Amino acid sequence: MGKVFAFHGGIHPPENKHQSTQLPIAKAPLSKVLHIPLQQHIGVAAKACVEVGDKVLKGQCIGDAQGHLSVPIHASSSGTVCAIGEHPVPHPSGMSGLCISIETDGEDRWIEHGALENFRALSELELIDYIRDRGIAGMGGAGFPTALKLQLGDKHIINTLVINAAECEPYITADDLLMRERSTQIVGGIDVLQHLIKPSHVIIGIEDNKPQAFRALKAAIKDCAYNIDVISVPTKYPSGGEKQLIQLLTNVEVPNGGIPADVGIVCQNVGTVYAIYRAVSKGESLISRIVTVTGGGVNKPQNYETLIGTPVSTLLQAAGEIQDRVSKLIIGGPMMGYSITSIEIPLVKTTNCIVAASVNEMPVADPAQACIRCGLCEQVCPAQLLPQQLHWFAKSQEYIKAQQHNLFDCIECGACSYVCPSNIPLVQYYRHAKTSIREEQQEKRKSDLARERFEAKHKREQRAIDEKAAKRKARAEQAAISQAAKKLSENNPSSPVVDDEQQLKNQLNAAKLKLQQAQDHLTKLASSHGSQVSDSALAERQVQHAKSNLAQIEKAVDDFKPQLASAIVDVKKLKIGAALANTKLNKAQQALKKAIEKSQPGVEQLQKTITMLDQEASNASKLYQKALRKNTQAETDTTEVAETKRLKIAVAIALSKLKKAQVQFANEEYSDAASATLFELTKQLEKAEQPLAALQKATAENANSATNKNSVQPPLKTRARATETASPDLKVLKTAAAIARTKLKKAQDQLQTLAPEDQHNSSAVQNLLSEIKSLEEKVRLSQASYVKAKETSDFEPSVIESASVRRTHYNKILALHTKAMAALAKAEADNSPAVTKMRISIDKLSGKLKAATAALSSDSIPTSNKDFT
Amino acid sequence: MNTIIIAVIVLFSLAIVFGLILGFSAIKFQVVGNPIVDQIDSLLPQTQCGQCGHPGCRPYAESIANGEAINKCPPGGQATIESLANLLDLEILELDGDHDDNPIKTVAYIREDECIGCTKCIQACPVDAILGAAKQMHTVIVDECTGCDLCVAPCPVDCIDMLPIATTINNWKWQAPKEHNKFQQQLIATDKSQPVEQES
Repeated sequence: MGKVFAFHGGIHPPENKHQSTQLPIAKAPLSKVLHIPLQQHIGVAAKACVEVGDKVLKGQCIGDAQGHLSVPIHASSSGTVCAIGEHPVPHPSGMSGLCISIETDGEDRWIEHGALENFRALSELELIDYIRDRGIAGMGGAGFPTALKLQLGDKHIINTLVINAAECEPYITADDLLMRERSTQIVGGIDVLQHLIKPSHVIIGIEDNKPQAFRALKAAIKDCAYNIDVISVPTKYPSGGEKQLIQLLTNVEVPNGGIPADVGIVCQNVGTVYAIYRAVSKGESLISRIVTVTGGGVNKPQNYETLIGTPVSTLLQAAGEIQDRVSKLIIGGPMMGYSITSIEIPLVKTTNCIVAASVNEMPVADPAQACIRCGLCEQVCPAQLLPQQLHWFAKSQEYIKAQQHNLFDCIECGACSYVCPSNIPLVQYYRHAKTSIREEQQEKRKSDLARERFEAKHKREQRAIDEKAAKRKARAEQAAISQAAKKLSENNPSSPVVDDEQQLKNQLNAAKLKLQQAQDHLTKLASSHGSQVSDSALAERQVQHAKSNLAQIEKAVDDFKPQLASAIVDVKKLKIGAALANTKLNKAQQALKKAIEKSQPGVEQLQKTITMLDQEASNASKLYQKALRKNTQAETDTTEVAETKRLKIAVAIALSKLKKAQVQFANEEYSDAASATLFELTKQLEKAEQPLAALQKATAENANSATNKNSVQPPLKTRARATETASPDLKVLKTAAAIARTKLKKAQDQLQTLAPEDQHNSSAVQNLLSEIKSLEEKVRLSQASYVKAKETSDFEPSVIESASVRRTHYNKILALHTKAMAALAKAEADNSPAVTKMRISIDKLSGKLKAATAALSSDSIPTSNKDFT
Repeated sequence: MNTIIIAVIVLFSLAIVFGLILGFSAIKFQVVGNPIVDQIDSLLPQTQCGQCGHPGCRPYAESIANGEAINKCPPGGQATIESLANLLDLEILELDGDHDDNPIKTVAYIREDECIGCTKCIQACPVDAILGAAKQMHTVIVDECTGCDLCVAPCPVDCIDMLPIATTINNWKWQAPKEHNKFQQQLIATDKSQPVEQES
């Protein structure tokens, strides 16, 4: 006989146990339909492994365990699965849970099952799995999976096995009757547990209000080979609480938040032990349990061996329910149980009692009064908490403080509520607080998860953006490189300047060759005709002169090339700038439109920026147009160069004529007159070359000014003037050169005709001379016209300049006007308040436009006249 | 005079020593980031709904740390305001705007036969709680959904509903005892009925 200790607090409510102990355990009638909930234990619900319509046998597994913290469920009787769905389940909420409904066939036919031959031969794990597969969960009330409780032995050294047979709750006698009638089976179950856990001591704790059960157990343990004691503990509620019973029997307190295994103790309910016995020695799954049906509302309160899933109504009928007297149906005891509303609720593995209470037994609770701080609750609390403080915190929802006062150590025994003089439903407050805290924790977990996911998504998106940006950058770089390459290739082969240059070079080479030939010929002449040395020297000088001219042309071409290229680039830049300005303007206008729609305060500012942008855009486009014009001028430069080329050709032709003339001269046998003619011809050529030289000089000037043109405006004007002057001169000179050429040809022809006939015909020579003279006169004339043209071009530029300025001015105003008109149309469409202002400015603009048009028309007449002079 | 000099020297050297200690600890024990932002963020419900006017809970936490009002979180309700006020030692405010104090928690539900598979809701979901692919039916992972309803607006066929989270046995919670009314409060102790003696 072991020593009995004590726990703090506790109460002595009226027991009311004797009503249901008068009759032995009876077999509950087989219900027509059994509703077996998939969740009858703490942890994860089982998963149905049968389908509607399936035939099931008694003891057949119908729901598989899901994971570690779960147990399977079995069919309580044979029959057909008629439904798998929501059905009211025993729960304080009165809500429905998933149930497998079995329509019983009345045969109650067992599935094939058999006892474990020798459970001692099995390994621990196998035995635990076996227990688990039989669906055994704690039958004391909580329904903790028994297998899990037994597995703890791996991590903890268990020295004491406590069998909870206290059954402290009023009314309940299920364990009492079980012990009275089936004590040997219980000890058989203890054998299995003893084998599994191997504790040094097994203690059966039993309240002293069950003397018959105590004696029966005492008798049963007589043959036990191991250290086992049955200890009678004083009747006090809640000595049946796991932690309280452990303290009573061993004086060891289970630490806060810990489990008994932490202090080397395992506690099992006596009903669970019986179930283990049935499973091991008979192979039966947990499909039935002893249920006390008691209370003033039934005729014969009794304990029934009931199949799991049997509806409450069946049991009540069996116990002789007097419907009028039943005021409250309670599942569990009056202290910790909960009332139910539906009598179709099935019994589950943890249901130990149904109290059909009459009005007298369970009167309607008196209204709660204010707490008078009597402190009675603190005195009865078995968990040594401060119920009063917890009450305040729970009421004011100060959950953190409640937790600091160890709310979760409360076993919800209801002792505090029982003693409260103010009828405060203290336990209800604690339960509410507990579930609220759990909910908060759940939400916290969920929000942490949400944060994690949100951050993950954010990171992912950021990464995608970065990657895109990097790609874009790489693409832009690639494009820039290819663009540059393209530009380079464009400039090299296809440039008109370069083409011209090539042509010029070719011509230059040709001219050089001709010169060489002429020089060779001259040296020949010089060697053969010493008297003609002076003439030859003259010809040589002429050739030298032509050479220098050629060099000049070359230089002009070289100077011209880079300028043109830079001009092209410049134009492109300006074009881009203009486009940018335009898009800016468009955007700003859109923003304005929106702003006007929303009537935001920043409209005026926006309008200002828009006008600014407008100006910018027009400026940019102006610049672009100017640049374009420059470019066309540059093109005219190219044509100029082409003209120069032509002149050059003319010179070359003249040179060849000279050569021919020289050949003829050689044939004329030193004719004085002919030599004079040759001299004259050479002179004439020299004279013809002079305007060419002048022109070349002008071209060189043009090239020089062109190089400055890009940076400064005035050089551009001078350049334009030079170009303007150059073009009429070129025409005149061209015609002059052509005339000179024809004259020369004629003279040549005459000389040729003279040569075979009579070389001494002085009159013919005289004629020829006079003709050559007239030729000379004409050349002179052409020169004079050139000089005149130059003079006029010196004077005219100012006129042209002003005309061009006016034209650009006119263009500018016209562009502005059209833009303004478009803006006005837009503004009118949007009902902008700026419409009137815009109209005024447009009126002004149209006035300016008119003036510009007038100026332009007055200009156009002299300009066109000048073109024809 | 001597004592004064000694005192000045001593104080000066002490100042240097403590200055060095402070300077060292300022570098050594420097806290990276703003810890208060983390604390505030942990109190916010993380629905990432943007109803506070910030693109997510953390930006709101940052702006609360910079002095913004704490009453702009409708999903958190009054409870969040209280916990924020508690943390920051601020006055408890009423929830900004016309929201319920204790909003009903909802979860998005896609009527799957109406879904056209446009993936717009997937892009809108701040917590990746919607599953699906282009031209494939989408569905909401209920456990991950925060009920922010950001997916409702982008849906071109309006097939997303915000359904209140149903109470089941697993998330049912005990209700607080009803507060006694005026009449009951007037009851005095002697009015209490005598307990029925069952022991006969």
